[in-house]
Amino acid sequence: MSTAAQFDIQYRQYLDPEGRFLPEVDPATLPEFTRDPAELLKMYRMMVLVRAFDTKAINLQRTGKLGTYPPAAGHEAAQVGAAAALHAEDVIAPVYREIGTQMWRGVRMVEILRYWGGDEAGNDFVNTRHDFPWCVPIATQTLHAAGAALAFKIRNQPRCALAYIGDGGTSEGTFYEAMNVAGVLKLPVIFYVVNNRWAISTPLCQQTAAQTLAQKGIAAGIPGIQVDGNDILAVRHVLEQALARARHGEGPTVVEALTYRLSDHTTADDASRYRSASEVEQGWAVEPMKRMRAFLQHLNLWDEAQEVAYRQECNLLIEEGVNEYFATTKPPVTAMFDHLYANPPKRLLDQRDEAVQLSGAKSLHG
Amino acid sequence: MAELTYRDAVARAIAQEMERDPDVVLLGEDVAKAGGVFKATVGLYEKFGPKRVRDTPISEQAFMGAAMGAAMTGLKPVVDLMFADFAAVCWDFFANEFPKSRYMTNGQVKVPLVIRLANGSARFGAQHCQSVENWCMMIPGLKVVVPSSPVDVVGLLAASIRDPDPVIFLEHKSLYAVKGEVPDGEIVDTLGTAKILRPGKDATILALALMVPRALAAAERLKAESGIDCEVIDVRSLLPLDTRTILESLSRTGHLFTVEENPRLCGWGAEVVSIVADEAFYDLDGPPVRITTPHIPLPPAELEDLLIPSVDRIVETVRRTLTA
Repeated sequence: MSTAAQFDIQYRQYLDPEGRFLPEVDPATLPEFTRDPAELLKMYRMMVLVRAFDTKAINLQRTGKLGTYPPAAGHEAAQVGAAAALHAEDVIAPVYREIGTQMWRGVRMVEILRYWGGDEAGNDFVNTRHDFPWCVPIATQTLHAAGAALAFKIRNQPRCALAYIGDGGTSEGTFYEAMNVAGVLKLPVIFYVVNNRWAISTPLCQQTAAQTLAQKGIAAGIPGIQVDGNDILAVRHVLEQALARARHGEGPTVVEALTYRLSDHTTADDASRYRSASEVEQGWAVEPMKRMRAFLQHLNLWDEAQEVAYRQECNLLIEEGVNEYFATTKPPVTAMFDHLYANPPKRLLDQRDEAVQLSGAKSLHG
Repeated sequence: MAELTYRDAVARAIAQEMERDPDVVLLGEDVAKAGGVFKATVGLYEKFGPKRVRDTPISEQAFMGAAMGAAMTGLKPVVDLMFADFAAVCWDFFANEFPKSRYMTNGQVKVPLVIRLANGSARFGAQHCQSVENWCMMIPGLKVVVPSSPVDVVGLLAASIRDPDPVIFLEHKSLYAVKGEVPDGEIVDTLGTAKILRPGKDATILALALMVPRALAAAERLKAESGIDCEVIDVRSLLPLDTRTILESLSRTGHLFTVEENPRLCGWGAEVVSIVADEAFYDLDGPPVRITTPHIPLPPAELEDLLIPSVDRIVETVRRTLTA
């Protein structure tokens, strides 16, 4: 008997939870951005803004001003680190929780709030036209990303697609088909598994018998790597390397970021029913914001006064976004019929006219 | 003018559009060197090369989803799903993905693609011979096109490829070998238009795909044997549906027959009859009659012929109804 093939999954982490380099890491070997104050501060500031916005969005839901909303707390490094690794011309295929990446790329707060407020016009991004919209069906976005990557390949464009997927999503058949087709066609796509340990109430141990999610690409001939998703330096570096590989025609990579969902699955969920307080406490002990802030403070790039001042700045920005959201006018009845077809069939237009008449009649009767 | 088979018409339409627009690509299982399992894409790989004519793994969700992602990025994929029955394997994309993306993004995301399905009876049994046009017709956001002749294949497939929205293009397996005259040069038809193939004054017969030649043959026999003069309309497109042509014909004839290969419940004819009841009830001189396959899976091989509407059955039903 001999070994026919052998694979291994590497794990990457640079910073410990206190924001210091791990003893085995030689900072001099890390990429330039880890020494660039402007880049480091830009990433941290976005994380702070995302956390503050996230908190505000939950409050808006609790006070009846927003629909069901999926909190992002705990995912800031995974989201902002990915955003910083991407090029503007790349395409992201996000799931519903990726506001950190989206805000970095130019999605506006009013758009996020409109979408979760129940108006799909919020999915019509002003600044990031070529990025894909929020994908709520699970795992289908991995195929959209593979298709975008196929288009880049056909057109000889040096662009990549990045598909987000959660730990639960990796159990879907579409995910395996996406990895298989991307592997065999060597597509410039990254399958970015944000493993926050919980798929609503299903923990990872009930999701799969696989030791890692990164290894799920191995059978499709795709390399996989695991990264500490709470370490923004490692996240960005691992994704930059995977994207560079893809851009150079070497095909897809599965990147698994290990993080933790600090909040409920959505505002319609109560995670205290199925997970222990001590587990959540452990999650907070290794969360990403604290780590990056400590790292910046060790470098003397950040202090308490800057933190306080910046948080106030964030609050103003958020207030502006929320006010813009509140000022949004309700879409007219006809909007329900818009955008189903570029050129709607006549019978659909007849139904639109009927709906307009009905809505008029309804308003007459209060 | 050239005589082309229905299957050659498919390749001609795709070639016409690929020559015109570099964004048009062809994806599917066995579409490249093999030329498609129904030989409807022969020559395209040789002409346009492996970049634009691509074989995919046996992975229906993968190439439906990837075609959608490519369309969202600006390509115009034509996707060969092989047997129409396989739509069920990747139905998520038909029902939840293709038709809703433009709608759910306020028009930001466009999905200009064509899914080609080999539809209908051809003695391959219950899982490879279904007529799935009514599955597709019930989904808002799709367009559903069902050609019956080579010239219509060219014109309607070209129009489907140029359409900015997802189009389900149902080719009939038993028509692939049928020949017809196709004019030279570029042909582009209009989606959502029915065609009166035989004018008549006594009854309107609506038919689709393989049922069209049967309805025409039945009309000739009815005229010859009973003096009944039927108007035969090829519906060609279920979504959009050309109700103007249908209702206008009915207003002249007063009698309506639909000839449907799909199983009876919720077949396209049921929708047409519903529209007629709603909008043209007083044009009717008798009850509308649907001639369909019973609501059962298709049995194998020859038994198929007993169930699917035949020329005899159309003749008998129309004669019985009109002479009652």
